[in-house]
Amino acid sequence: MHMGAVDWGILALYLAFVLGIGIVSARRAKSGNDFFLAGRAIPAWVCGLAFISANLGAQEVIGMGASGAKYGIATAHFYWIGAIPAMVFIGVFMMPFYYGSKARSAPEYLRMRFDEKTRALNAVTFALMTILNSGISMYALAKLIQTLHVFDAPFAHLGLPQGWIFHGAILTAAAVVLVYIYMGGLRGAIYNEVLQFFLIVAGFAPLVWLGLKQVGGWEGLQTSLGPGYTHAWAGMAHASTNKLGVDWFGLTMGLGFVLSFGYWCTDFLVVQRAMAANSMSAARRTPLIAAGVKMFIPFIVILPGLIAIALTSAPDKPGATVSPPAAVGSIVHHEPGVIPIKIDPTTGAPMLDARGKPQLDYDLATPNLLLRYFPIGMVGVGLTALLASFMSGMAGGVTAFNTVFTYDIYQAYIRREAPDAHYLLVGRLTTLFGIAASVAAAYLCSQFNNINDFLQLVMAFVNAPVFATFLLGMFWKRTTGHGAFIGLAAGTLTAAIHHGLTLPMNDLAGLKGGWIAVTHTYVSEMAQNFWIAIWAWSACFITTIVVSLMTRPKADADLAGLVYSLTPKIPVEKGAWYMNPVLLGVILLVATVALNLLFR
Amino acid sequence: MLFDVRLPIGLLFLAIGVLVAGAGLTGDPKMLDAHNAGLNIDLVWGAIMAAFGALMLILAALARRGDLPPPSGD
Repeated sequence: MHMGAVDWGILALYLAFVLGIGIVSARRAKSGNDFFLAGRAIPAWVCGLAFISANLGAQEVIGMGASGAKYGIATAHFYWIGAIPAMVFIGVFMMPFYYGSKARSAPEYLRMRFDEKTRALNAVTFALMTILNSGISMYALAKLIQTLHVFDAPFAHLGLPQGWIFHGAILTAAAVVLVYIYMGGLRGAIYNEVLQFFLIVAGFAPLVWLGLKQVGGWEGLQTSLGPGYTHAWAGMAHASTNKLGVDWFGLTMGLGFVLSFGYWCTDFLVVQRAMAANSMSAARRTPLIAAGVKMFIPFIVILPGLIAIALTSAPDKPGATVSPPAAVGSIVHHEPGVIPIKIDPTTGAPMLDARGKPQLDYDLATPNLLLRYFPIGMVGVGLTALLASFMSGMAGGVTAFNTVFTYDIYQAYIRREAPDAHYLLVGRLTTLFGIAASVAAAYLCSQFNNINDFLQLVMAFVNAPVFATFLLGMFWKRTTGHGAFIGLAAGTLTAAIHHGLTLPMNDLAGLKGGWIAVTHTYVSEMAQNFWIAIWAWSACFITTIVVSLMTRPKADADLAGLVYSLTPKIPVEKGAWYMNPVLLGVILLVATVALNLLFR
Repeated sequence: MLFDVRLPIGLLFLAIGVLVAGAGLTGDPKMLDAHNAGLNIDLVWGAIMAAFGALMLILAALARRGDLPPPSGD
């Protein structure tokens, strides 16, 4: 693959604009309120697009394409069962407390509602996980750029060793994000996220268009892939009769309820975007506007995966005729096409699954489709989209990290009373430190193969119970700080124990589970994840209630604006129908049901 | 002072759109449609991106003149 001058020009233009937005935003980043909360002055549609964009990182774009290739349209459950109901819930029910409490971060809400220790637990785990996550995604991007060989020629031309491509990718991306957040703070990040959102759509929508033309449209996909790939609800009655290996209950409760509500309703990375809105009404509409766009994202991130697999398993189709790696020649069943066979990095031999068939490297589904079907010119647009998605995801993490670190760790435990300018400076330095830590985490991932899996696992344990804490805190005034803290700990512990006692089919005991004893086997790793979440959430929910009933609650007067029953109802807004969050929520849910029925 | 994010979005999309459409007009047709989709994707998509950019610029300009409410509250 080679890039033309046009492609380089597009990438350069993109970088110039992103930095320019950072510089313009810097003129307005004069106080802590500007830097961490964007002055609480951003209009709803900008916040809404930033809300999606911050989540639409490279891992999401690549991962959803990979899942599309592996599991088919059922991957859309992550949106149509997962994200949308949770986004409606936070907009309609939870945002009044986040925005109305004037808390500057999600952990700060927990301090106001519960106590210091609950805030500390949430702040420290969030800060750590966010930074590690951004490191993991940086590593994934650099690895991808290396694998795609797009920069091989220019590096060779400059006389630089090929090994530097990895370093170059990590350091360039990190430096650009650093500049625009350091200068513009949350405002710089949000404005860039909106720009990046449009670029992501501009890069992937034409890929789906060209790809569908190539495979004969949706009907063509249905004929070449079969119903297992093109029906989201087929065989969901039992875990063993669908590709995901999950039954409907595990799917709706584990993914739809626990995991999705846990992420979209409590993760400060997304919640922060709504908290920057210019009014309560705008803050409530932020996740709703985001949900309205989000429900169509599967068509640009999941469909490329389906198209890629269709062009992989049907070698007689035009464009699906790439020769397999030489080493595979001796194996009867090989699948030349868009998605290459996974190669063991140490031996160079193809990796085989439990049945001895070569495994496909699904993560390359979307990127390879892009490189194969885009001519010079569009390749620049596509690579810009990939880079934009990576940067928006990373910036989301970094802005959430610097706010939580500055307000919930530094101001809470290191220096309590200081002028605003001091915290602004700390926020800027934290940005620098956070990005440096992400780079370090990225190199850690490149050194130790398993560390990535291990970190994801720990994060899953910590994240699973969190929604129970926020839910009880916001809707049951009797919930106490001791209850919340012990409940969170119990939930995380339950997640770890459940993981230690169960194992997905065809996996060995260890990092995949069963490290205590194998008492239950799941059909798939996904089923195990969902059930861990259900158990962890339930343990946290029950423990929080029991401990709360045994401990003394806060006085009602201290909970006004923080708990549903003690907060004055927000009057229905006069004005156009699209200003009414409840009505918007209902429309969104009806549309989501319609999408589920359409692709059942 | 008002910062309207539609301004940079409009400018960038217009610039990229013109570049890509230009590549579609001047490039080798065989290279541009190597997979015989019957579509000069550079030309078509470049034009769409440029049109979107122009639309954003028009909206930003109208808001500046006060014909439309400003999208940005700050």
